[in-house]
Amino acid sequence: MADKKATREAYGEALAEFGGQYDIVVLDADLSKSTKTETFKKKYPERFINVGIAEGNMMSTAAGIATTGKVVFASSFAMFAAGRAFEQVRNSIAYPNLNVKIGATHAGVSVGEDGASHQAVEDISLMRTVPNMVVINPADAYEARGAVEAAIKHEGPVYLRFGRLAVPYVYDSGYQFELGKGVQLKDGGDVTIIATGLMVQEAVKAAQTLADEGISARVVNIHTIKPIDKDIIIKAAKETGAIVTAEEHSIIGGLGSAVAEVLSENYPAKMVRVGINDVFGKSGKPQCLLEEYGLTACNIAKQTKKLLGK
Amino acid sequence: MNNHELKLIAAKVRRHVLDAVHSAASGHPGGSLSISDILTLLYFEEMQNLDTQTPKNPDRDRFVLSKGHCSPALYGILAERGFFDKSLITGFRQTDCCLQGHPSLKDVAGVDMSTGSLGQGISAANGMALSAKLDGKDYRVYTILGDGECEEGQVWEAAMFAAHYKLDNLCAVLDFNGLQIDGNIADVMSPLPLDEKFKAFNWNVILVDAHDFDSLRSGFAQARVCKGKPSILIAKSVKGKGVSFMENNAGWHGNAPNDEQYAQAVSEIDAVIKELGGEI
Ligand SMILES: Cc1ncc(C[n+]2csc(CCOP(=O)(O)OP(=O)(O)O)c2C)c(N)n1
Ligand SMILES: [Mg+2]
Repeated sequence: MADKKATREAYGEALAEFGGQYDIVVLDADLSKSTKTETFKKKYPERFINVGIAEGNMMSTAAGIATTGKVVFASSFAMFAAGRAFEQVRNSIAYPNLNVKIGATHAGVSVGEDGASHQAVEDISLMRTVPNMVVINPADAYEARGAVEAAIKHEGPVYLRFGRLAVPYVYDSGYQFELGKGVQLKDGGDVTIIATGLMVQEAVKAAQTLADEGISARVVNIHTIKPIDKDIIIKAAKETGAIVTAEEHSIIGGLGSAVAEVLSENYPAKMVRVGINDVFGKSGKPQCLLEEYGLTACNIAKQTKKLLGK
Repeated sequence: MNNHELKLIAAKVRRHVLDAVHSAASGHPGGSLSISDILTLLYFEEMQNLDTQTPKNPDRDRFVLSKGHCSPALYGILAERGFFDKSLITGFRQTDCCLQGHPSLKDVAGVDMSTGSLGQGISAANGMALSAKLDGKDYRVYTILGDGECEEGQVWEAAMFAAHYKLDNLCAVLDFNGLQIDGNIADVMSPLPLDEKFKAFNWNVILVDAHDFDSLRSGFAQARVCKGKPSILIAKSVKGKGVSFMENNAGWHGNAPNDEQYAQAVSEIDAVIKELGGEI
């Protein structure tokens, strides 16, 4: 088994896996090879619908199909699913609370070479503000599989955020995904690093570096950004006193903001947000971009020390 | 410019396309090769008042690459036209280079609009053409659309707008190569018939061969004299044109050639350049 896998890969496989058990219909907008819905298409061609390059139309069509009782997955790049089709998602899917799952791939700057026009770093923020919407950002392929299953079992709209880049495993095959529940990956007493998506593995590495320097960092994975697990966040603030958030997304409106909202109303604590700092991405190799924008274990450790005054 | 000279430039643009996507190991060769001849005629004959020293000259004709993924061809023609140094081409899509994966107005001299999200460029071209009318200026605006791109509803909103405001200073070119990412346009989500659709939207529709300079030249001339309506050249093209193994193959939409494939492709293009008396 390869030691890395893209969450979009796991998404396609999960659709094919659960396609037998559930009445799933999958829609895609001319990107099935990239979003990996092709894996489902190969197994269940009659339940795969290509809408062409028409994301807005896809979302409202998905809504219509969902009214007849099917579980509908609608897929495109995060930029076009959450961005271009935002208003169709809001008004056709979320407002009537229909059972549509938005499988958004190629999120974040790790899209790489395609550049800023294709790098969605605003999608969590956009989707989080919409009532009824559940927002999930899995950290690895096992979590992606679990997220797909949970989305199917959840009645109502879900936004699933997947990446293009192959990422190392955080979990193993025994992992049980629980919607809305944060996962503590490591205990610690001096600070808590709360991460999501591909930043979870970086947070784990950062905690190791910090441990070498005598700082005990707790690591929490928040895969479900909405509804967010308030308890695990408040507990972390109470027990460790300082919070660092890490996400491959704008620091405006994403995980960092969601955590800040919980803390400021419940248990204010000092915190710092690691993420994209109100700028557009650009073209380059995914790894170079992650480094350039500070989406690394090294930068998480650095920001943590700064926060703790060390 | 004579056809021989144009052919040579187009071949060099194709070479730039290959160099760009190969060095980036990423990008869109198929649709870039299908528009190389169209861009050559536009930038070396049809478009007026282009000034590489003053790329933002307010009286220049404008160009919007609505199918922005074909930036390698745009960068190739801009480099040939002298907007920036050809050596930039091999930095395509890399962090230290201004040549973004999709055209970026603020990063590259000669790029008139940032594009990449399909369907939006034609609306921006409308805006430029409308503004020329408001200012009483006589510059023209050109845009290239993909045939798959025409599946976007926005294209038809824009088509309605251009006809409604009688934007006869707008000339679109539809790169009719018959392919999109997931296969033939007719199989994935047919936008056909495209000529009759644009006619029904009250456009002046002109059918041309995307790889024949006489046909393209005559098409642009017909567009120029048509008053009261926007024009569109429906340009029958071959995706991957000029590289035998890429031609008419959807698999080359967004894949870069490996070293061996690159060598093969370059040898085919270089043979054309040599035959036309050009230097490599
Ligand atoms: C709004 C939007 N949706 C999806 C994409 C992804 N995409 C890039 S190219 C492409 C296919 C374009 O086909 P076509 O317009 O025929 O281009 P060509 O054949 O000329 O390359 C798609 C779906 C995009 N860039 N923008
Ligand atoms: Mg096409």
